[in-house]
Amino acid sequence: MIQADLNVILPEIMLAVYAMAALLVAVYTGKDKLAPMLVWLTAAGMVIIAAIVGLSGDGTNVAFGGMFVDDAFSRFAKVTILLSAAAVLVMSQDYMTRRGLLRFEYPILVALASVGMMMMVSAGDLMALYMGLELQSLALYVVASLRRDSAKSTEAGLKYFVLGALSSGLLLYGASLVYGYSGTTLFSGIIQAAQHGEVSLGMLFGLIFVISGLAFKVSAVPFHMWTPDVYEGSPTPVTAFFATAPKMAAMGLFARVAHDAFGGIVADWSQVIALLSLLSMFLGAVAAIGQTNIKRLMAYSSIAHMGYALMGLAAGTAFGVQALLVYMVIYVTMNVGTFAFILMMEKDGQPVTDIRSLGMYSKREPGRALAMLVLLFSLAGVPPMLGFFGKLYVLRAAYDAGLAWLAIAGVVASVIGAFYYLRIVYYMYFGDDESEALDQGSGTPVLWGFLMASAAVMVLGIINMFGVEGAAAAAAAVLVN
Amino acid sequence: METIILFAPLVGAIICGFGWKFIGEKAAMWTATGLLFLAAFLSWIAFLTFDGVTEQIQILRWIESGTLSTDWAIRMDRMTAIMLIVVTTVSSLVHLYSFGYMDHDPQWRDGEVYKPRFFAYLSFFTFAMLMLVTADNLVQMFFGWEGVGVASYLLIGFYYRKPSANAAAMKAFIVNRVGDFGFALGIFGLFFLVDSINFDDVFAAAPTLAETTVSFLWTDWNAAELIAFLLFIGAMGKSAQLILHTWLPDAMEGPTPVSALIHAATMVTAGVFLVCRMSPIMEFAPMATGFITVLGATTAFFAATVGLVQTDIKRVIAYSTCSQLGYMFVAAGVGVYSVAMFHLLTHAFFKAMLFLGAGSVIHAMHHEQDMMNYGNLRKKIPYTFGAMMIGTLAITGVGIPLTGWIGFAGFASKDAVIESAYVGTDGGYAFWLLVIAALFTSFYSWRLMFLTFYGEARGDKHTHDHAHESPKVMLIPLGVLAVGSVLAGAIWYGSFFGKTNEVIKFFGGKYGEPTHELVEAVAERSPKASKLHYVMESKPGEAAIYIAPENTVLHEAHYVPTWVKLSPFVAMIIGLATAYWFYIVNPALPRQLAEQQRPLYLFLKNKWYFDELYDVIFVKPAIGIGRFLWRRGDGNVIDGSINGVAMGIIPAITRLAGRAQSGFIFTYAFWMVVGIAALVTWMSIGGGAH
Repeated sequence: MIQADLNVILPEIMLAVYAMAALLVAVYTGKDKLAPMLVWLTAAGMVIIAAIVGLSGDGTNVAFGGMFVDDAFSRFAKVTILLSAAAVLVMSQDYMTRRGLLRFEYPILVALASVGMMMMVSAGDLMALYMGLELQSLALYVVASLRRDSAKSTEAGLKYFVLGALSSGLLLYGASLVYGYSGTTLFSGIIQAAQHGEVSLGMLFGLIFVISGLAFKVSAVPFHMWTPDVYEGSPTPVTAFFATAPKMAAMGLFARVAHDAFGGIVADWSQVIALLSLLSMFLGAVAAIGQTNIKRLMAYSSIAHMGYALMGLAAGTAFGVQALLVYMVIYVTMNVGTFAFILMMEKDGQPVTDIRSLGMYSKREPGRALAMLVLLFSLAGVPPMLGFFGKLYVLRAAYDAGLAWLAIAGVVASVIGAFYYLRIVYYMYFGDDESEALDQGSGTPVLWGFLMASAAVMVLGIINMFGVEGAAAAAAAVLVN
Repeated sequence: METIILFAPLVGAIICGFGWKFIGEKAAMWTATGLLFLAAFLSWIAFLTFDGVTEQIQILRWIESGTLSTDWAIRMDRMTAIMLIVVTTVSSLVHLYSFGYMDHDPQWRDGEVYKPRFFAYLSFFTFAMLMLVTADNLVQMFFGWEGVGVASYLLIGFYYRKPSANAAAMKAFIVNRVGDFGFALGIFGLFFLVDSINFDDVFAAAPTLAETTVSFLWTDWNAAELIAFLLFIGAMGKSAQLILHTWLPDAMEGPTPVSALIHAATMVTAGVFLVCRMSPIMEFAPMATGFITVLGATTAFFAATVGLVQTDIKRVIAYSTCSQLGYMFVAAGVGVYSVAMFHLLTHAFFKAMLFLGAGSVIHAMHHEQDMMNYGNLRKKIPYTFGAMMIGTLAITGVGIPLTGWIGFAGFASKDAVIESAYVGTDGGYAFWLLVIAALFTSFYSWRLMFLTFYGEARGDKHTHDHAHESPKVMLIPLGVLAVGSVLAGAIWYGSFFGKTNEVIKFFGGKYGEPTHELVEAVAERSPKASKLHYVMESKPGEAAIYIAPENTVLHEAHYVPTWVKLSPFVAMIIGLATAYWFYIVNPALPRQLAEQQRPLYLFLKNKWYFDELYDVIFVKPAIGIGRFLWRRGDGNVIDGSINGVAMGIIPAITRLAGRAQSGFIFTYAFWMVVGIAALVTWMSIGGGAH
């Protein structure tokens, strides 16, 4: 039997074994000199595993007595996670090398975090959930403070760690309540215990605590406070990583817990998530207006985007989950491109994060400015960019589920949020030319390629979204039935 | 061939408007003009070889939406054929004429390129007008209808540096919107009732419509009456009939070739065309056509009275146009659509020529338009004088009385209208107004001639001395139109106003024997007209026009009393004599008369105070409402609230959020705990748990 179980979990094992083997090899041989090579190797490994997961798996396979589930939903999330993690890894290599940040642990930690994330989205049990979550989080705490000689970076790592511990505590407390009132940690057991009309208050408390713990991971308001500080303090490639793969993983886990474990009491958690969604959208839109640091700005932007993604979840329907998945894929793609741009923002070889330094950037770098314009329009949800269709998807899901008020609020928030995206465009195209110019031709072809590819996807994707819709629909159908 | 006629002007407009930079100004203008002459040539072939049978030439599938399904097609019948020659002939001649007239326009600075734009607009107008007349369904017609509206707007406002031209352009556009609203309602109504907008279906349904009742504006209407009335409102706007006429005189702000093409010969006749095209419905709407008759007659009279005292040469002709359109509507209103089309055709020739002649005078006099500054010009510009004389003879209706057709173009058609009006209204209101209008027409037309070409030279001496004949490109169109003005009436008299069977055949219909009762009824009404042999047998829509069997106006009009036949001629003679007395024999008389009858003079001079009245009733209140909505509604409410939110509330929240983000880890933890406490509280109070 163990053989069958191991077969199901094979991709995770491959990545974990690779990470540990790489650690051993690197420690005993070249150490940091191997790091660039390890980055590429890890990225390649992730892409291969993504291909294996995406192409080979089919149907729903359960391992370890239901603790680990491999289905269309988990595969969809895993492919997204692995590809975005690989992209961010590749993007960070040059940046980190030049600043002496590229230690050989970095790619290995990212690989381990990815294993955790894969575990999260495949969790079929509260314990598997926690295991995946902690594996991911611990790796992330470390990468957040990768720049050990910077006070900001270490502060970011510490803040993240302490608050993460708090959230883990909340989650664990919730998990224990749920276990206490249902008598099992398996999702399949919980869903039978938590049916509509007969759910106990203790179970609901457990649910709230679990939701709070997960809300911390997706940085939904009011559990978002760590996000701006950590985004700002971490080295930019790490920020890029935070903004992409872990968000996808946490959203996937959120959806899985909500539907697999608590699918019987949709009405109860739906209103909580709708509230979180509402608060996140508005706070993300309003608070970012005051930011001039583009990394902090992107932190609030991601808070707002998580609000929209949660709107799909709040709908509580299969279409809602589909909307969530589509939204997340678009979000991740946009963020990869945007961070590629941010990584290229340099003056005299030093990274710059002040958006005012972009004054009249279009004159010096028309191609990049145009690509960034497309991405910012897409982030703001301006048609006909792909970002608009992502928003349209979740708004429709919310509206169909009877949450018209939430959809309207979402539209209002997106109007407010458009301001700060468009302000960057304003600086790039009409801004003050007096400001000290950024370096021209900075960054590597890799970054340039990711920026352009991401922008191109935002424009070309509107044709058929590269088939993501269908895959997302299939994934959502497995989860909600 | 019809397709080429239709699209040649469009191609010309595109090449000329967008391509002149590549092929040069002159080449662009010649391309547009050449394509129009081609269209005109083909139109004449189409007209002369046309056999009268209606055919539809599909261009493309146009609209498929629910039950609304329609082609974009050319409806080629006699009506279309007539309009094709009118539109393309006048348009091509106006194109040619514009080479001379638009050269060295003082409105433009040296080196400014304006001529290709002008030619492109003219060609575009022609295309839209052709769209209108070739339409096979109402929406296609509406497309052309609005297209000519746009072109008219562009051309009236062509001198965009002149505020008065811009104002006139807007006035024309806005007044036409009122009419278009009626037209659009008519189309909606037809679609609602018939479930189709294709002419064939609509016409076939006309007898049913006459027995249908619809509720509109809280009143029950006969469907045919309502539709006919709504469509006529559209026609009123486009054809400058009373109430909606105010834009036409102001439209003279445009260059004179535009006035000749659009505001005399073609676009303004679109209303008449619409009513005739809709004859199958009009025949079932006696009340609506009665209204058309009365309004047309009133307009003819009103415009003629105003024309008596105007001194701007173009405005005189503009009011004359307005008046002549009234004649056409009377003819259509009493049910002789062929006569309406006849007058439309002849009027296009002589009115275009009068306008182009006036343009030639204006050109000679260095853009002076006030007739009080003309005088004694016949020696200076003999060809123009000759053309204008022919035009005047045509419009006043000079011919040999009682022969019916031996005379200038206007003689045949105007007398036909007046005789029909006598029959159609039993010698009533419309008939008398038209006769009086004919008198006035004669007076103001001769007044124009005498003031311009006879008497003493008034005004600036220098301008007079340098008055010069126009170049050939301007004189040739005058010559061609002169031929039409002389002969058009005589040639086509039989086809439009001949024996009933001839007319029916010309318009592609079948004729048959009238019923016995009908013959008796006609004989009882007018004993002289007892020999009624033929009535129309075609069903509505089968022929280009529809004449109900009971409608024998066309037949009876030939048997009116002799005094009726003589009346327009007598009116013309009186008008001529009075004008001669006033402006040649005793030139001081008009001034004395104006002073004696000052209130009447001012009333006419100020066009019955229509503009002033509209200003008080519509314009001022509209401006007031607009100002209120702009200042209070837009400025205070919308801008105020958005600015308040965007510049007051949102930044305040942003500051609050920034302050909450203190950087201290305990604050963050505190907010997380507050959040979870709030959620738990909410769930335990409001949640669905036990």
